[in-house]
Amino acid sequence: MNALTETLGQKLGRAGGVNLLPLVVAAVAFVLIGAPSSWVTLTVAGLAMGMMLFLMASGLSLVFGLMDVLNFGHSAFVSFGAFISATVLAGLGGWLTADSWVLNSLALAAAYLAAICFGLVAGWFFETVIIKPVYRDHLRQILITIGAMIVAEQTILAFWGGTPLSVARPNFLEGSWIIGDVSIEIYRAFAFALGAVVFIMLYLVLNRTRIGLLIRAGVENREMVEALGFRVDRLFVGVFMLGSALAALGGAMWAGYETLITPALGGQLMIVVFIVVIIGGLGSIEGTLLGAILVGLMTNYIGFLAPKLALASNMILMVAILLWRPNGLRPAVK
Amino acid sequence: MTTQIATQNTGTYLIKGIVLIIAALLLFAPFLFQDVRSLEVAARICIFIVLVASFDLLIGYTGIVSFAHTMFFGFGAYGAAILLKEMGPGWTPVILGGLAGVAVSLVFAVAIGLLSLRVKAIFFAMITLAAASVVLVLASQLSQITGGEDGITYRGPDLFKTATKLVTDDDGKVVRLWGVRLNGKLAAYYFVFFTSLILFLAMLRFVGSPFGTVLKAIRENEARAEAIGYRVVAYRTAVFCLSAVVASLAGTVYAVWLKYTGPATTLSFAIMIDILLMVVIGGMGTMWGAVIGAVLMILAQYYLRDLMGVASEAVAAVPILPELLAPDRWLFWLGIIFILLVYFFPKGIAGTAMSGGAKQ
Repeated sequence: MNALTETLGQKLGRAGGVNLLPLVVAAVAFVLIGAPSSWVTLTVAGLAMGMMLFLMASGLSLVFGLMDVLNFGHSAFVSFGAFISATVLAGLGGWLTADSWVLNSLALAAAYLAAICFGLVAGWFFETVIIKPVYRDHLRQILITIGAMIVAEQTILAFWGGTPLSVARPNFLEGSWIIGDVSIEIYRAFAFALGAVVFIMLYLVLNRTRIGLLIRAGVENREMVEALGFRVDRLFVGVFMLGSALAALGGAMWAGYETLITPALGGQLMIVVFIVVIIGGLGSIEGTLLGAILVGLMTNYIGFLAPKLALASNMILMVAILLWRPNGLRPAVK
Repeated sequence: MTTQIATQNTGTYLIKGIVLIIAALLLFAPFLFQDVRSLEVAARICIFIVLVASFDLLIGYTGIVSFAHTMFFGFGAYGAAILLKEMGPGWTPVILGGLAGVAVSLVFAVAIGLLSLRVKAIFFAMITLAAASVVLVLASQLSQITGGEDGITYRGPDLFKTATKLVTDDDGKVVRLWGVRLNGKLAAYYFVFFTSLILFLAMLRFVGSPFGTVLKAIRENEARAEAIGYRVVAYRTAVFCLSAVVASLAGTVYAVWLKYTGPATTLSFAIMIDILLMVVIGGMGTMWGAVIGAVLMILAQYYLRDLMGVASEAVAAVPILPELLAPDRWLFWLGIIFILLVYFFPKGIAGTAMSGGAKQ
């Protein structure tokens, strides 16, 4: 009996181990849903949502892994990214409604760039002003980042007001593809593709470059990297800025996905982002991707199968995974 | 800086004196401030002192950051509210509802505690945040039971009705004492005041007990406390349960006082932020800080907005400033004050005053 489970475990491990979980979830959902066309639509929606969640969560996870800093104010970057991109898109309204897809994508690129630039600058400011004085003190970190989150949320309210803001989508991302009886919203496919590109770039940077090597080494054992003469604190500022920029990009994409945004958006997403990070395990982007995709798929499947349960489904998923693996699915932090 | 020395200095006397004055003001509040709004403020202060002090047991005395405190507050409030709605006004639903709230809180606290208090403080904060948000969403979704976003309106026990006459004169009219009618509203206020006082004194006694000392030891050096032979997880779970029970009782009292329970008054994240601000501004790890923080924050909530409205009009000509000074943006300024406090005075008002005196 024992030997059997052991060989089974080995086989599973060789096939990808916990990485297979999203496939398992998708397969179970396929049986439960029954209709292949709605299953495809839900899966695409889940993957798109998962990719956007990944963008928002990856920075948080890396920052925690590298410097043991948990930023409760991370949601501020998401909200700011969403609102800034919405404002830029509104300002470039002429380009958006134009018939040429070049102008359309230029407007979208400008919006995303604005969000990313804001994320970089705000990330640098946040790291130096808010977080640097409270390194290594978890209690004060939590308190001070919560304070920063309050201030950021109120600033958004002061600039954009409390009424929901509608977000324009470029023409070429409107509508959906219809293949047989399956309909796929183009924006979702686009969000998934963009997220995948960012993940691959991040993966390559972390695994194929010297900087990436240093970051991974810093996550594993910061003191040792410092002892070898590298300035981990400078590296950390860079990672923090990158994480904030990714969160802002995720927020900008989310704004286009929802098309109607309120200042409460960041706070609501934050809970989901935390669940993603906890499920995935802190410090690794592969884990974060896994967690994000799982949460995205679960939210969409359960939302279809049992709408009443949808809101608690992420919580149940988190509890189940924590009972099974207390450190998350693929943690990098020991 | 041991407690023996700390209790001797002037700062401590000052803080304790202020707390005594606050207690006296609250005791005579219905006679001193004779309008409806002030009585509302005073009752809210009483309840929040208990709520913040019970949160201080976690964050200040044990070093646990929980975001689920409003969840327990909400359990107590909804327990009383649902039963008062179903069974009609009376004392039985209040007591049963309070007990039900305590029971649910205990179950949740034990479950969360055992599941996640083994992990780092930061994980615990995230898990409680997630749990609290799910409960908040459930409360607004299950509208048949909880009334959804609108909440529940009901009547409290008959004794607390404004029409109830506590003392009547020969003509059958309500007797006035120093111009205040001795009616049910007064009884309701004193119910709130004395329950809060009892709960607060109980917690004060608790932190002075050997159990409280163990908690402080865990906060200061977890590994050492474990090595000496205290089971850290058991102690942490116990204090988490205790604080949940007190929060739940405070919720029941609040539900009886307000005669309304909804997500915005008990469960919302805004209330959690308020509690956090109060405990940090007042001073963590000192029960007295909870009193000072709660009083300052609630006064600011009710009266700072009026002041900011005036300021906003005064700078109407400057571009973005009026927006930032608008009465609704008071949280913006509190957030900034909060950040500065965490930087420069991490011990808060009470903690700084008490330890500042000790150095001299």
